[in-house]
Amino acid sequence: MNNKWEMVIGLEVHAQLKTSSKLFSSSPNRFGSEPNENVNFIDSGMPGMLPVLNYGCIEKAIKTGFALNFTINKYSVFERKNYFYPDLPQGYQISQFEFPILTEGFINIDADEKQKKIRIERAHLEQDAGKSIHDIDQKYSFIDLNRVGTPLLEIVSYPDLSSADEVVNYMSSLRQILMYIDVCDGNMQEGSLRADVNLSVRKPGEDLGTRCEIKNLNSFKFIRQAIEYEFQRQIEILENGGTIEQNTMLFDTSSGETRAMRSKEFSHDYRYFPDPDLLPVNITQEQIDQIKPTLEELPHEKLERYINELKIEKNISKIIISEKDNTKVFEKMISETDVSPKVIASWLVGDIFAYVKENNFEVLDLLDRTKLIMDLLKLVSEDVISNKAGKEILPKVLSGEGNPNELVKEMGLEQVSDTSELEKIIDEALVGEDENIAKFQGGSDRVLGYFVGKCLKASKGKGNPKLINKILIEKLQK
Amino acid sequence: MKQSISQIKKSLTDKKIGVAELYSEYANKAKANLNNSYNYVIDDDENKLFIEQSQQRYTSGDNLPLDGIPLGIKDLFCTKGIKTSASSKILSNFIPQYESFVTKELLNSGSIFIGKNNCDEFAMGSSNETSHFGPVINPWRSKTSPDDDLVPGGSSGGSAAAVAEGSCVASMGTDTGGSIRQPASLCGIVGLKPTFGSCSRWGIVAFASSLDQAGPLANCVEDAGHILNAINKHDFNDTTSSNHKREDYVSEIHEKMEGKIKIGIPSDYLIDVNQDILNQIENTKKVLSKHEIEFVDVKFTTTDFALSTYYIIAPAEASSNLARYDGIRFGVREDGESLDDIYLNSRTQGFGDEVTRRILIGTYVLSAGYYDAYYRQAQKVRRLIKDDFQRVFNEVDFILTPTTPNEAFKIGDKLDPISMYKNDIYTVPTSLAGLPGISIPSGLSSNGLPLGIQLIGNYFKEKQLLQLAALAEKELAFNE
Repeated sequence: MNNKWEMVIGLEVHAQLKTSSKLFSSSPNRFGSEPNENVNFIDSGMPGMLPVLNYGCIEKAIKTGFALNFTINKYSVFERKNYFYPDLPQGYQISQFEFPILTEGFINIDADEKQKKIRIERAHLEQDAGKSIHDIDQKYSFIDLNRVGTPLLEIVSYPDLSSADEVVNYMSSLRQILMYIDVCDGNMQEGSLRADVNLSVRKPGEDLGTRCEIKNLNSFKFIRQAIEYEFQRQIEILENGGTIEQNTMLFDTSSGETRAMRSKEFSHDYRYFPDPDLLPVNITQEQIDQIKPTLEELPHEKLERYINELKIEKNISKIIISEKDNTKVFEKMISETDVSPKVIASWLVGDIFAYVKENNFEVLDLLDRTKLIMDLLKLVSEDVISNKAGKEILPKVLSGEGNPNELVKEMGLEQVSDTSELEKIIDEALVGEDENIAKFQGGSDRVLGYFVGKCLKASKGKGNPKLINKILIEKLQK
Repeated sequence: MKQSISQIKKSLTDKKIGVAELYSEYANKAKANLNNSYNYVIDDDENKLFIEQSQQRYTSGDNLPLDGIPLGIKDLFCTKGIKTSASSKILSNFIPQYESFVTKELLNSGSIFIGKNNCDEFAMGSSNETSHFGPVINPWRSKTSPDDDLVPGGSSGGSAAAVAEGSCVASMGTDTGGSIRQPASLCGIVGLKPTFGSCSRWGIVAFASSLDQAGPLANCVEDAGHILNAINKHDFNDTTSSNHKREDYVSEIHEKMEGKIKIGIPSDYLIDVNQDILNQIENTKKVLSKHEIEFVDVKFTTTDFALSTYYIIAPAEASSNLARYDGIRFGVREDGESLDDIYLNSRTQGFGDEVTRRILIGTYVLSAGYYDAYYRQAQKVRRLIKDDFQRVFNEVDFILTPTTPNEAFKIGDKLDPISMYKNDIYTVPTSLAGLPGISIPSGLSSNGLPLGIQLIGNYFKEKQLLQLAALAEKELAFNE
């Protein structure tokens, strides 16, 4: 039934900017402080207080402009969005409306094995509101103004998204880019990145349907659940002959359902007008040009470089670039050694990440251990120890139990590359194997593997497999 | 005749009078509060240290520009640790924990604050009748009906009355559409509104941000210059504060002005004006013509639209600026069953009628569907008004107008808002253009009440404007 319907989705993503102070006041922009600790007279809306623009936020917006292919507007205007709520002390939010700083951008996302271009209508700077806490007391709500005035960049896409997968890919691409360029810390749990989802349904080829906006989703899981639920809800209404009301919806994370918060009829009239306390923002070409060189390498640029220059497989490259922290560790590693990046990459996404995950490490914790890890990988690549021995030592290196050279000695894992010793092991291994020897000589390569395995076992894993292979062949061909 | 700041400073320097004695002289009058000019008079104890320090500076011979000068402060300036109510019930218990930029500069210049002057609620009014603390009475009385209590004008009515009654040497006011110049005119004193952006708005309870400007009400032009010297400074905490070069507004105030001066008189301002008012203009023209000053007729094309433009823009900004008075974090809260009830009760009971009216007008003109017709249109007209002034300033150096269309009227006389708003007809265009204007007393009406003239200069021409005003003041000899 549902395959007759398609969903049309546009996203409004709110990204908190990584700045030391707020958008219009000098209070610290910090998460996790005591309630109302980061609040000054401006934030609390005291009489006569005036906003002063933090130019650092303009710089972050310009950076975002480059990264998301926006037109960077030299003229933009802060306006007041008026509404009453206790966590909005001024009685208005300072935002950009008619003249946003960024317009007409795009990014490419993965969609069905292909790349899809998602157009972005605009991005504007605005203040975040405070937090109302309703679950401490039966009668009273409590207000924490720490978040008041935190700089946000609201990134508004066109309705170019047509599935939950695409939305998640778009959102995670945005997150990745914003983290790469140091604009946002990407921490969705702390609310650093949140999305409002605008969803409507239609039959292919028809005009856009009436949309509902699902507010304030802060995890990929919830975004997916909310979209799937809302999609079905709208279809059900339409299939039963109903019409969709343009509503603002809340997503109930415990029930997994969306429900109406307010209808269009009761929607606020925000009475936007230019904030007379602030001048229009005029930025010069020179200021824009100064910021361009500070732009970090973007994820897709890094991906191409890893694949084409470092010769790392695509899927491994993708895993590394998926988080900026991974690339920090990886790029430090390759700068410290002559072991090939390809080998390092496969160790990193394999055993090293597995260890990090199992032991609740942060990837960044690896940064002060890269030297030791590289020592270990060097021992492996120079055949001083076997790959297997390397894997045995790795956890001890990562947990800080010692340096690889000492550990190899302590654990007696040094590879046996002494030819005479290996010959002795091989000779012993060939005793009573006349049948298999005959098979090899008869052209079966498979037995070679069997013999190598047997010899390695006899050497307790310490025999150099390459040498064993070589000597074996010589002996068998005799 | 009242003593000027220079004269008082000389007496203090010559030890003819002490700072404490001077202070008591003014503070005692303020405490009597005969004209209800003060919402709050500061305790002597709180000022003791300031007085002692000031006296020490005089004794050591190294005093500050306004050292020991007792000033009144309009109750719209936030003063640290001192009640600041904006003459509103909703802020009647508010004690700021910070000092406004302007009052901080005045304190740094050595002046001593007598108290907080009554004003119209949130500076919205032209007669000081909208104050929660009751009307201010003009110290002047009409010859024909001396029993009538007259308004001092507004919104800085308490400031004007305090200077006129002699309970402070000068007072700080604010002017949004005429709130310094109009009461100065009705109380027979000098009132200066500097160019928008001259004096920081930081710490002044906001009425209409794009129009609000602090300025002095004083006994003479030179005193206004002294105050301006102290407060006209760039402030990084006010984005709209200009960083133009500041000048000394007093040192050359009595010197002959350079070059030939041309003053424009807008003929369209003088249609349907009573004879008393016309006499002020004629007389000023006469006395100044002796000084090689040329007068020419000029004509504005936008005058008719100024008042309606103002009454869209100012309430629009006010409706948003006053949203923070919600009873939640500070000020008076009226309880209620729900959040909406708290808002409703606190704001309904906390604001007076005129403030409520302007919030409603402002909310209306910014509403969806009306914004383009009202607010956006008003902004366009405002631009035309600015251009109109610049066109005129291409021809003349200054503009001379009446300050008000009438003398002080009886308390309770002007009941309908429109006739009240019309009181600001000569001051509002200057405010919309952001230009500096000064009102100086020019003579008496047939009822023996003071009337003023307004001189308008181009942007940041305060130095020349004050020179001209000082000359006119001397020639008009109102104080003698």
